[in-house]
Amino acid sequence: MAQPSSAPTPTIPQATRPPRRSLGGALRVLDVDTRLLGLIAALAVIWIGFNVASDGTFLSARNLWNLSVQSASIAIMATGMVLIIVSRNIDLSVGAMLGFTGYTMAMAQTQWLPNGLGLGLDNPLTWIITLLFGLVLGAILGGIQGFVVAYGGVPSFIVTLGGLLVWRGLIFQYAQGQTIAPMDPTFRLLGGGPQGSLGEVGSWALGAIACVAIVVGLILNRRRRASYGFQVRPMWAVVLVGAVGIGIVLGGVWVANAYPWPEALANQYAESNGIPIPPGGLIIPTGIAYPVLIMIAVTIVMTHLAERRRFGRNVYAIGGNPLAAELSGINTRRTVMLTFAVMGVLAAVSAAIQTARLNAAVTGLGVQNELDVISAAVIGGTSFSGGIGTIPGAILGAVVMQSLRSGMVLMRVDSPMQDIVVGIVLVAAVGLDSILRRRASS
Amino acid sequence: MTAIPQPETHATSTPPRTAPIVAMNDIRVSFGGVHAVDGVSIDLHEGEVVGLVGGNGAGKSTLMKVLSGAQVPDSGEIRINGQRVTIHNPRDARAHGIETIYQTLALADNLDAPSNVFLGRELVGGLGTLDDAAMESATRELMERLNPRFKNFKAAVASLSGGQRQSVAIARAIQFNAQILIMDEPTAALGPAETAQVRELIRQLKADGLGIFLISHDIHDVFDLSDRISVMHQGEIVGTVERAGVTTDQVLAMIILGKKPDEVTSEELAALH
Repeated sequence: MAQPSSAPTPTIPQATRPPRRSLGGALRVLDVDTRLLGLIAALAVIWIGFNVASDGTFLSARNLWNLSVQSASIAIMATGMVLIIVSRNIDLSVGAMLGFTGYTMAMAQTQWLPNGLGLGLDNPLTWIITLLFGLVLGAILGGIQGFVVAYGGVPSFIVTLGGLLVWRGLIFQYAQGQTIAPMDPTFRLLGGGPQGSLGEVGSWALGAIACVAIVVGLILNRRRRASYGFQVRPMWAVVLVGAVGIGIVLGGVWVANAYPWPEALANQYAESNGIPIPPGGLIIPTGIAYPVLIMIAVTIVMTHLAERRRFGRNVYAIGGNPLAAELSGINTRRTVMLTFAVMGVLAAVSAAIQTARLNAAVTGLGVQNELDVISAAVIGGTSFSGGIGTIPGAILGAVVMQSLRSGMVLMRVDSPMQDIVVGIVLVAAVGLDSILRRRASS
Repeated sequence: MTAIPQPETHATSTPPRTAPIVAMNDIRVSFGGVHAVDGVSIDLHEGEVVGLVGGNGAGKSTLMKVLSGAQVPDSGEIRINGQRVTIHNPRDARAHGIETIYQTLALADNLDAPSNVFLGRELVGGLGTLDDAAMESATRELMERLNPRFKNFKAAVASLSGGQRQSVAIARAIQFNAQILIMDEPTAALGPAETAQVRELIRQLKADGLGIFLISHDIHDVFDLSDRISVMHQGEIVGTVERAGVTTDQVLAMIILGKKPDEVTSEELAALH
């Protein structure tokens, strides 16, 4: 896809379109996003490279499982950042919103609910009330910023820079540097860990549902296009796309299940449930972690919002040509405000995951997360010139970033050096992308 | 002083046909003391093309923005089919069957043709999900008529040629049964073949009974396509003439000198050549 620009498009007669090259032609028949394929290829290079360098540790089930959990919180926020950047805005406050909502959720479950409503830390309602409270708060924080951007006409860079300072300042003001711990036991499951995972059966069941959904989705889509008499992908292409999708799903489940509970925890579990420990120890597959499950759910919802809803279509239209969007009767202000509200909600989701995982709310929660989130979206192909970017791309971008960090930790690269590498990769990725895009449009 | 052949001129009335579908009366728009549109009245009938010409800054585009909802006038009234209406934004204009094809095309370059045709009026199926297949189908049907060679329904419109983009812009205007079409320089960015195509399309739409305001710098476009020609000069209408009754020279004189043909002296006319 070419960059949106106001320059007049050269007039090319239709007959002289460039001939299809074999690889490009095949990809077009497959009707898959080539940019996404490029990202997957880059990820494969990173994974294989680190795996070789770490003597097979990188691609172990344990490391991949951890990688999935570590990527989740940034990936979730990156999906919201895509919509913000696509509509030609930016949100620098996501880390601070994460900290603020995380801190407030911690207060809610440890102080307000027990003291106010008499719901203790182990009440089954505590986690859900806390979570809903956090999500609403996130929507309000984001909505306020979005309102000022859309209706007040203040540039989003300024509004969210101010938001960053305000939300972060409020945490310090109000927490006085204190750490709030521990969290509600049910709430803690949102952070993952052996108990905060689906387990073997649940993971396979989810994988099976996903496979059925892929098959049904492909068939329905094909039928619908055929019913209008449109050209459809050849059968081999549909089968190939479906097979790759199913392969990824089942492979992911298999890896998640290949990571067993730590031995001590498994033994403890066996003892308390009266299960005899077999020789060699009890193996309990962990399965897909809840944060990853949440990330998958967010990806599905956000992709739906971006591609199958008026709201999403309007966000892309605003990014492509704000004047055209306005003249075509789109309520551009409300749409922009909503993108910020959605971002706030997603920051709260990640806040729940991070506080649950830490089992505490600390004042530094989410510091500099905005940079990781923006980087993930941009590595995933989101363009600052507006109108371009995909949700799955942002997820992959987050995984690429986290893979680099995780791999360097394995290689014992220290933290400043990690930052240097990630910084260079970020600029190189965007530079390469814009070169390729320029070449594609000329 | 030699008399110049005098065409019939009209202020706002036309030979008694049907009632006008659009009547704009005494429209005024000023920007910080500058009268961009200064008491202009103009009308349009069913199946009629009214060419709106004038130099840069004559007020043509501002006048049409008033009708398309992109500019709120300081005063004046607009009647659609005899009914007095208020148009505050593009949505109001569309509700009255007024569609505009802007000079700058106003397409979202990053989206494909069907998304642009249905921009702001997307078709949704059950549960509010976008019905892309239905939108593509409607767009294909429309393109069959507008530009049969158009095949690129999945590509971002940024990658299309000027003529194809113009087809998308026109498709968007007529998809929703517009009664009144405003075309602002519809052929400005096009090559000769594409210009011919757009001209043919304008004739076709006129035959379908649409009323069209055609803003153009190209005096030949205006002469070939219009039934009447309104000339603007410094925010005012110099005159509205029947196309059949004037020569291009006379219209050019109106544009440049801001005077009706009967007010122009032969010296002034000679000075133009």
